Formats: sequence, C-alpha cells, structure tokens
Amino acid sequence: MKTVKSPFKFKGGVHPDYNKELARDKAIETMPVPAELVVSMSQHLGAPAKCIVKAGDFVTRGQVVGEKNGFISVLVRAPADGKVKSVEKRRGPAGGMADAVVIDTTAKPEVPETPENPGAGAAKGGPILPPLDWKTASREDLLKRVEEAGICGMGGAGFPTAVKLNPPPGKRCEYLILNGAECEPYLTADFRLMLERAPRIRLGVEIMRKILGMPAVRIAVEANKPEAIAALEKAFEGIEGNVEIVVLPVLYPQGSEKHQIYATVGRVVPEPPALPIDVGCVVENVGTVAAIADAVELGEPLLGRVTTVSGDAVAEPKNIFAPSGTKYSDLIAFCGGTKEPPAKVISGGTMMGFAVSSTDIPTTKTTSGLLLLTRKRVFQYSSQACINCGRCVRACPMNLNCAEISKAVEADDIASAEAMHVMTCIECGACSFGCPAYRTITQLCRRAKNSIRARMAAEKAKAAAAAKTPAK
Amino acid sequence: MKPKETAEHYILSSSPHAHAKTGVSRIMLDVLIALLPTTAAGVWFFGMRAVFVIATCVATCLLTEALCRMAMRRESTVGDLSAVVTGLLLALNLPSGIPLPMAAIGSVFAIAVAKQVFGGLGMNPFNPALAARAFMLISFTGPMTTWLKPVSRCCGGTCGAAPDAMTTATPLAAMKTMFAADAATGATPHATGAIPSFWDMLIGNMPGCIGEVSAIALAIGAAYLLWRKVITWHIPVAFIATVYVYSLIAGGAPAYAQVLTGGVMIGACFMATDYVTSPTFGKGKLVFGVGCGLLCMLIRQFGSYPEGCSFAILIMNALTPLINRFTQPKAFGAK
Repeated sequence: MKTVKSPFKFKGGVHPDYNKELARDKAIETMPVPAELVVSMSQHLGAPAKCIVKAGDFVTRGQVVGEKNGFISVLVRAPADGKVKSVEKRRGPAGGMADAVVIDTTAKPEVPETPENPGAGAAKGGPILPPLDWKTASREDLLKRVEEAGICGMGGAGFPTAVKLNPPPGKRCEYLILNGAECEPYLTADFRLMLERAPRIRLGVEIMRKILGMPAVRIAVEANKPEAIAALEKAFEGIEGNVEIVVLPVLYPQGSEKHQIYATVGRVVPEPPALPIDVGCVVENVGTVAAIADAVELGEPLLGRVTTVSGDAVAEPKNIFAPSGTKYSDLIAFCGGTKEPPAKVISGGTMMGFAVSSTDIPTTKTTSGLLLLTRKRVFQYSSQACINCGRCVRACPMNLNCAEISKAVEADDIASAEAMHVMTCIECGACSFGCPAYRTITQLCRRAKNSIRARMAAEKAKAAAAAKTPAK
Repeated sequence: MKPKETAEHYILSSSPHAHAKTGVSRIMLDVLIALLPTTAAGVWFFGMRAVFVIATCVATCLLTEALCRMAMRRESTVGDLSAVVTGLLLALNLPSGIPLPMAAIGSVFAIAVAKQVFGGLGMNPFNPALAARAFMLISFTGPMTTWLKPVSRCCGGTCGAAPDAMTTATPLAAMKTMFAADAATGATPHATGAIPSFWDMLIGNMPGCIGEVSAIALAIGAAYLLWRKVITWHIPVAFIATVYVYSLIAGGAPAYAQVLTGGVMIGACFMATDYVTSPTFGKGKLVFGVGCGLLCMLIRQFGSYPEGCSFAILIMNALTPLINRFTQPKAFGAK
C-alpha cells in the first residue's frame, strides 16, 4: 500500500469555485425518518423497477417494493416501515416522470413475519438480510448480495453495481478504481464518508476484489482532501496486494470515469458503446463501496445515503444520511430551513446537477447533493455569437470541437455534430462554464445527443419490425 | 435563452449552474489594457497628432457600431467594447499624418463593411481593422505611405506644422533593397544610417504607424495578454520565429530588424491573434502563424509594397476555415 501522485494528466478541465468549506467540516448526521417517503422506481440507470405493492399495503423497512425489471435494472426496497398511501407517477430531479411508492411512515405495520415476507423481521430491529462472512462466502453469493441489496453506482449515473462487478466472459478486471475525487463544487458527502467511514471502504474493497478476481486497486482522491487521504492511508494499512492511493490534481472534471481511469492507470476508454471494462477497469464511487460492505457484513441493503445540503440560502449546510425517498423539503427543514429565499434549487452539484422546479421531489440512491442558491449566486445571461476564442475546446476534457458542434446544433445540423463525435460528450459543463459569450454549449450538445439517441432507437425499432415480418 | 421561473419561483436552466464570469467585454478590456503601452509610446513619438487619429477612429467606430445595430434592429453591442478595440487597432496601424476624415472613412469601413455586414462580432471573416487598413492603403495610397519623423516630445508645434516638412521613409523601404544588395561592402546598415539603431528600433524611435514602432511596448502588452490567458503563445511565436528564420536565410538587413520594424510585432501579438479570424486549435494557430510570417516576408522581399504584414494576415484570415478543418483535434478515446 502506498500513496502516489497521479501519473497522467488529461487535457482540458476548468477550475470552478469549489465552495466546499460550507459543509466540509460538518460530520454526517443521520436524519430521522420523515413522515412521508416518495420511493421512486427509477433511482438507477436502466429499466425502472416493477412496483409490486399497492395502496393500502403495509411495508416494513427493507421489504422489496420494486422488482428488478430486466438485465440493466435494480430492485428497490422500502427505506422505512409504513403504509403505502399510493403508487403514482412522480417527477424526478431530471424532470422525467416515474412510478413512485408514497409511504406514510407514521402508520406502523402489523405484519407477522413469514417466509414470504422476510423483511418483517426488521420491525424487531434484526438485520434485513442474513449477514455474510465475505471470507468464506462464494463469489456468486457476494454478487447476489450486491444485487439483492439494490446497490447501484452512487456517484451520479446509478449504473447497476452487480452488472458492473460481473464482467462478461472474456473481459477481465485488472484495475478496480475507487472514485473519491468529488470534483463537483459544494459537495462534501464523499469526503465525509472517506473521513468517517474509511474502514468500511476498506472492507468494501476487499469484498469487491474477491468478486472481481483480485484486481489491482487504485483509490483516486483529489489533492484538496488531505484529511480523507490520511484516513484512507490509516484504514488501508497492511492490506495485501497491489493497492495504491492516487492523489489527483484539483481539476474539474477529475471525477469523470474516463478521466479518472486515464489519470490513475493511463488507459483511454474508446468511444461509446465501449465501457471501462473494455480496458480492464471497473470504477466505483466510494459511497457504493461502503454500501457493499454494509450489505455483506451487516445484511443492510442500500436504503439511504449521504447527501450534502449546501448553498448560500441554507440556514445550516449539512451532510445528511437520509432514507432514499426523503423529499427535498424535509432535507431543507432538517438543515433549519432557509436563511434567504433560494432562487435556484439544484439536485447534485453546480456543474452537472439538475435545476428543479419544486422541493417536493424525493432523493434517490444517486442524490449526492442538494444546493439552494440565492439570486446572488445564480448567473443569468443571454448568449451572444461565438467569438471563436477557443476557451471551450481548450476546456473540453473529451477534446471535442465544442464551438463548431454548438453552432451546428443551433443550425439543426445534427449530422455534422455527430460527425464531430458529439456522442462522446460527457456533459461535464466545462465548455459553457468558461464561454465568454455565455453560450449554452453543454445544452446544445445534450440536445444533439438526445436527438441522435432518439433516431437510433427509431432505427432499431424499425429493424426489429422488419425482422418480425416473415419473408415471402 | 432566458431561464424561466416556475410556480415555486425557482430558476430553471440546463447545467452547468456556474460560470467563470469572464465575458466578452472583459476580454476586450484586457486587449485595451494591453494596448496602453504601445498607445502611450505612439503618442510620445508622434505627438498630439496621434491622439487626434486615435480619438477619431475610436469615436467613429463606436458611432458606426451603434448606428449599424440600430439599422439592423438588433440589440446594441457597443458595450462589448469590440468596436473600441477595432478603432484603437486601426488608429495604431495608421501613419500619424493621416488626414482625420480619411481615418473616419476607414473606421466606418472597418465596422460597417468588414464587421456588421457579416452579422457583427464573431461572424466577420477578416480582421476589421486590417481590412480597413488595406482598404485605406488602396484608396488613399499617398497619405497612407507618408511617414512623419518621430518627435521625442509631445508638443503642439509638430502636429500643427505641414506634414510634408518632416516626411521620411520607413526603415522597411531601405531594408527591401538590402535583400538584393551585396553584403561585401563591410559597413553595417546601422553605420550607414539606412536603418535606425537597434535601441531606437526597440523603443520605437523610428518612422512608422502610430502603434507599431515600439517593440518593447508591444511586448509588454503581449505579455499581459498571455498572463491573462487572453491569447496563447502559438500565433505570436510562430509568426515572429518565421520572420526571423526567413530573414536569416534570405540575408539582407539583420533578422532582428525585420522583426522590430513594420507591423510584425503588432501584427503577431494583436492582429493575427484576433479570435474570430484565426484558427481555434493550437496546431492550426501554429500553421496560421507560420503562414503569416512567410507571406509577410515574401511580400517584403518580392512584393511591390515595402510592408506585407497586414496583407499576410488578411490572406491567412481567408484560410482560417480551411486550417480549422484540417487541424480538428482527435476526440479523447476516438480512433
């Protein structure tokens, strides 16, 4: 085990104001279960879970309320005891509607423990799933546990972890990379987690190493988190095998999967649909790793997470462990409300987060932050013509010609944007961040990507329909 | 696109929700700050006359910009300061003796014809100040090639006097003949008085356009732009290095004299680095800079004008879209 400086530096990147001091010294607080939880069936990437409860049902903490619905999908469990008020479409942070189970947690269930309803045991305070000894448990058992614990990537995208930890035949994981960069401004949830729960992260690493067949481990942390690096160094003392803590330079978007792989092991992930496993890497957020440790050792599924509630409008910024499904309004109330009226509410960080229209939206397994910004902190500009200064292309970590792509999309020339590799855009926002003409470059790239995806889906559907038609 | 407010009055907009907060006007302000030393040097060497030329150009450019935007029924862009930069750059590229009405006509051409006709800042294919300079050189060849001797003091006496009383040739005219001259005479060009001393060329004590004479003042301005990250090193370095190397190979006047006289310094640092009309990527910028230097020297050696800097940049402006096309970077992870 040793600590090294990042050996590779990717091109581009920007230095936004981090504003992490607002919440970085606030220890993680566990929030009491709010009176109402809104548990979305779409907390992860892939097919939404299939809801298996109905209004009027009593649910217990840890009970499955949404079944895995396809290969790229994750099951959903009730984060607390209560009565299902309704199952309805609710708006998520990204604006889309998804089925959600609304749970009244003030109504206590009276459900006898049966083999069909093992979750009822939780009402008595026992573990939800039987704890496993990772040293003796088989790889398959551990993998199954990750799946039944409902774990998905907690860094933002929410990719099903069990799928990631089970590479397809012929592909081997050589490097397990832990993402502790947390390069998004304001967010300190991962920082607190590394500081306070470093031994859990070590346990998670040992379990994941076993599942993945003992790959080398790289723990990537930005240099602005020396306390977290020290805590990890202490926790990982004496670990066997090839394990390194890689100190990354402070640069946004250091936390991007592709750039982290490059910064730590110098490998370049090819264009989509290639995945990190194609270059022998699996990247997991530190929160996910801790969740795996909890799921195996304690039998505790992923029912909640640490979310940073910050911004200059919050009375007291905090790092809160809250059940997934807690409404933003409850998180804000737990922080003592607002000291000034917020002009913008952001789910996530300022670079890639979603501005939301309401605080009635619930948290999910991927809600890393909730920011409330006053008007002083909100930038409103009208965009001007591109002056070709080149700041966007110099900032682009994907080395794209952002300026020309944005102009092509404005002219509805999606084909040109596609030819300029717009699909590799990671939507990090570095281009728009530095644009002196305040052009919405990231948004235009997103528009092109959505348009291309829609076209691809239509082509696929057409091909499928053609295949179904019997040949004469 | 104006973000809209919702029932709960939260502003909705697409990420990112943070900005570096450096706008176009701040960049233009930086360029103006960077031009201060050479402007001061121009006024020092050419007197009040230079002040009048600068004031005429800046005022006419601003007025033309405002009128054009009004006529086009578009929002005013006077505030982005780009018209001030164009006006100042044009003035700095004019001889101090230029009649003020001619300077005003050139300014109108720069903004109306070279910039707003194409849709304003960001749309113009040619550097507006240089396009105007070329237009004036062709239209008013006499006044545009009549140079006043620099004065060491700013005084009312010189600017009131008849310009032709002090006209002179720029060192470039002398240097042009040196390409063909026999180098065996033994006398250095400085000693024969054909070109100014190295020191005079460095500080700018020689005939020329208002803002092009003082290499040291221009270098200070360029250093400021580099420090502020307004420009990158590629174009100035490629341009100046090409001029230097070409002169070494071609012989004639000392290579440093080719760099320090005429428009090379102001062209490499302030005109060729114009965002809108130069390539976007580092590699393209290098190609652009080398092209500018090469064309500039070819015109100086073989062309009918003693100076080729502005034409070189204008020709390279025309090639910019093509250079951009062939210097596209490879996307991270692309084959």
